[in-house]
Parts: sequence; C-alpha cells; structure tokens
Amino acid sequence: MRSLGWRRFVNRFWTVASAAGVVAALVPLASLLWLVVSHGAAGLSLGFFTNLPAPVGETGGGVGNGILGTLLLVALASVIALPVGIGAGVFLAEKGNGRAGDVIRFVTEVLSGVPSIVIGIVAYGLVVAPMKRFSALAGGFALALLMVPTLARSTEEFVRLVPGALREASLALGVPKWKTSLLVILRTAAGGIITAVLLAVARAAGETAPLLFTALNNQYWNFRADQPTASLTVQIFNYAISPYEDWHNKAWTAALVLLLLVGLLNLLARLLSRNRMEGAR
Amino acid sequence: MTLAQDVATRVAPQHRDERPAPPKPTVAPPNPPSRSGAADEEQPKLRISGLNAWYGQNHALRDVSLVVPPRSVMAAIGPSGCGKSTFLRCLNRMHELVPGARAEGTLLLDGEDLLSRQVDPVVLRRRVGMVFQRPNPFPTMSVRENVAAGLRLNGLRGSHDEIVEHALRKAALWDEVKDRLDASAIGLSGGQQQRLCIARALAVQPEVLLMDEPASALDPIATAKVEDLIHELKENYTIVIVTHNMQQAARVSDQTAFFYMGELVEVGPTEKIFTNPDKAQTNDYVTGKFG
Repeated sequence: MRSLGWRRFVNRFWTVASAAGVVAALVPLASLLWLVVSHGAAGLSLGFFTNLPAPVGETGGGVGNGILGTLLLVALASVIALPVGIGAGVFLAEKGNGRAGDVIRFVTEVLSGVPSIVIGIVAYGLVVAPMKRFSALAGGFALALLMVPTLARSTEEFVRLVPGALREASLALGVPKWKTSLLVILRTAAGGIITAVLLAVARAAGETAPLLFTALNNQYWNFRADQPTASLTVQIFNYAISPYEDWHNKAWTAALVLLLLVGLLNLLARLLSRNRMEGAR
Repeated sequence: MTLAQDVATRVAPQHRDERPAPPKPTVAPPNPPSRSGAADEEQPKLRISGLNAWYGQNHALRDVSLVVPPRSVMAAIGPSGCGKSTFLRCLNRMHELVPGARAEGTLLLDGEDLLSRQVDPVVLRRRVGMVFQRPNPFPTMSVRENVAAGLRLNGLRGSHDEIVEHALRKAALWDEVKDRLDASAIGLSGGQQQRLCIARALAVQPEVLLMDEPASALDPIATAKVEDLIHELKENYTIVIVTHNMQQAARVSDQTAFFYMGELVEVGPTEKIFTNPDKAQTNDYVTGKFG
C-alpha cells in the first residue's frame, strides 16, 4: 500500500499528462485554422464568391465557378451514392446476418480503405474513357464511390439502433416487411442517417485527388453534368502550385471558403443529431 | 354508415389484391347481429388442435388444444418459459419472425386454418391484432399518426380522423389526448402509451386481440385502466392475454389456460381454475406453491 501522498501525486501526474495530450492534439488544428484564416481572410470579398477566376496579374476575380462546381459535384455524387449507400445499409441491418452480409461488409471495408487517387483512376477508366471527355458526372461518380461505403456502414448502425419492438409493432398491424423497413424503421433512423449523409457530403466536398482526372477543371461557369467542371479543391491545388504570389493568396482564401463550407455542413449535422437525441427522450 | 362498414369498404379492395383466394371477407363485422351464448360454444372464434412449436431444436409448445369462444377473454398463465408467449405469437404467426421457429398443428380462426400456406401472415395480422409487453408507439409519429399507422402504412390515404377518434375512445384514451393529437407519442405517460398501442391495434378493426403481458410495465393505476379496458373490449373482440400476474388473470378473463414446460396442463373457466382445478399441478401454481 503506497502512501496517500504518492497516490495523490500519481493522480495529478496522469491528469496533467492527459491534459497535455489534449493540448498536443489541438495545437495542429488551431494552427491550421489560424494559418488559413490569417492568410485567407484578407482576400475575402463578395466578388470572391461570385466572380470567375481572373488571369494572372489582373486584380479581382474569384472562385464562384469553383463553389458552384463543388456543389454540382457533391449533388451528383449524392444522387448516385445515397440510394446505393442507404439501400446497402438497410440491407446489411435487416438481412445482413448471413453470408451475403459478411461479404458485403468486407467489401465496403475494403472500398473505404482504397486511396482516393485510386478511386479517381477507376472513375477515369469507367466514365471518362468511354465518354471520351472529362465531366462533372465522372467527378460525381468518383466522389460517390468514396461516399458509398461510409454511408452503408453508418446507415447499418443507425438502423440496427431502432428497437426491435417497433418492427414487431408494425408487423403486428399487418404491414408488409418491406414497408416496415422503409416507412417505420428507416423513418425512425432518419435523424442519424441524415447526420451520416451530411458528414459524407462534407468529406466528399473536401476531396481533390479523385477530381484531378475526372472533373478536371474549368475556367468558366458550368451547369452541365457532361462537361469538365471547376471545383474548390482543384482550384486551390492549381493556385497553390502556381508560381504567382497573387494566386497563392487566392489559394488561401479559397481554402478558407472550403473550410467554411465543410464546417457549415458539420455544424448542421451536429444540430440535427442533437435535435434527434432530444426527440427520442 | 357505421364505422365498421366504413372501414370494411375502405379496407376490402386492397385486401382483395393481396389475397390470392379469400375464403371469407377480411374484415368481419366485429359484432355479428345476434348470437346466443349457446351458439358461441358451437362456433368458437379460435379452435386450436395439436399445436406444436419449435425454436430450432427446442420444442417450445407440445400438442396444445383448446377453443376460445367469440367475445370472451382467455388468459394464458404459467411460469416463465412455459410456452404461453409462444402460444400467443403462433396465433398471428409472429413466431415466424424468429429465425428457425416453426409451428405445426391446426389453428382455426372462424374455421380457416391460419397456419396454412394459403394464408398470408400479413393479412392475418390485420385480423388478429397484438399488444406487446412494453408500450411501443412509433417515436417519430404523433398521437394521431400512431393510431392511423396501421391504415396509413397499408396504403389507405385521406383523413382517418373519424377512425382515430373512435379507436382512441375505445381505448379509453380520447379524453386525455384529444387536445394533443399532433404532439409526439413519446410525450405520453407509460400507461397512456400502452392504451395508445391498444388504440393503434383497434384502428385496423381486428377480430381477435392478442395481449402479451400488456400491463407488466405499468404502474397499478395504469394497470387498472388497462384491465377495465379489457372488460369493455370483450363486448366486441375476442381477447387472448398472456399474464404473469394471477390476480390479473382472475380479474379479467372468462377462461384460463395453465401452461407448464410447453404443455397445456389445464384449461377451463377462470373461476374453476383458481378455486377448484382438476390437476394438482394447476392448484400448486395458482396457490403459489411453485412458479
């Protein structure tokens, strides 16, 4: 038996050590935020959100088409990934206890571990090559490939959280199984799934590698799915590797805009999940 | 037009689509015009013979035979694991939801074999409703939506307000919730939630109501309300109730069936089972010597 003083010391030591761990983890995050804000805030203006990129040497110009492009890409990716990912998740939760479930679960795990640049190459081979052009569709497809596995797994988790009693209640009312899954189980899990969707969207919006040779880039506004499209991330990449001071600054500002966009999505997800927790009690 | 007819006309066409060969109308009027007590005994609502049920290798129900007259309450009692819940679940084929579960025997509802392959369990469950041990209202739905859920989820559109009110009145809940029909069902107390679940089951106009320990999660006052309700409901419905609480069985039921180790030991009028049973085992159980 050690003395009380010694135990107090050990207690204090580990409290300080774990607090130091928290600080160490927060320092990179804080410095990242500080760096982006301090370099990027100066360039923020209304025009930056609405204008097309300006050629080198010209003042003004913005990343309006990049913002629009990112939104377009994410929308296309969601249209492809949501039905597949949520459908797969519901299947895994409802019917996934057999061999098929194990196989699908393994495949989604592998897929979520594939580096995003490889996903980009696959999208190039599957969409860009046959279409013989870079397009927003190819970019959306690549992002969808990234979203599907996370969506499937988190949907599965949220659907499994729905109490079995609700399934029984619905079936006992003479509601067919498929309707029970869609209208009762999925509806009850909807709050969690919406959160998962927003997080997947936020993650997809921040991807660069899968877009480099799928959506490529575009100096102009593009509203069409079959045309190359600008995106915030690729725009940042291009600005950052350029030799021009002016473009470097723009890269910082665009990075800030991207952070704001992703942060907004995360915040929305938080709010929705909090409302859901309160609703469930 | 009475409510029952209204529901019948609205429900019937859809059932016709889903049932290959309906041997009889799906929604029978819950209260047939006139029938004497003697006729009741000739025409049991449920006639069960040689019912066996298994969970995998586990023989959970052995050769159970009994009849339930219409518009009466049958209580199933017995110690935990005696098969009474399995028995109840076989009656609307909810046992099929458990992987590896199967049932054999004859289960006649108005003369129609419920275990036959021709009977779609989905349609059967609209005729044989169920109330569970724990109140399980749909948490994302309002009070009104919960009661109408059985109709809405089965594809009946439009306003169900009349049916909702009727079902809530039958479940003795209308006065307590009429001002907050659009509030979340989760906000109700446990006893109210359970009566809401009863209203939800009644809204699809079942003929038989199965209750699996409906009051075991409730406080004494809420329990009394549910028991009163059972008394009223048996005017229109045939009720089979599983209960751990022997006083409750004695209070609410006309007949009592005592299960032990998967076998039906004895079934008879409740008064007889509790005061002068034929089997010593039954006597030991109802007097609290074991179980």
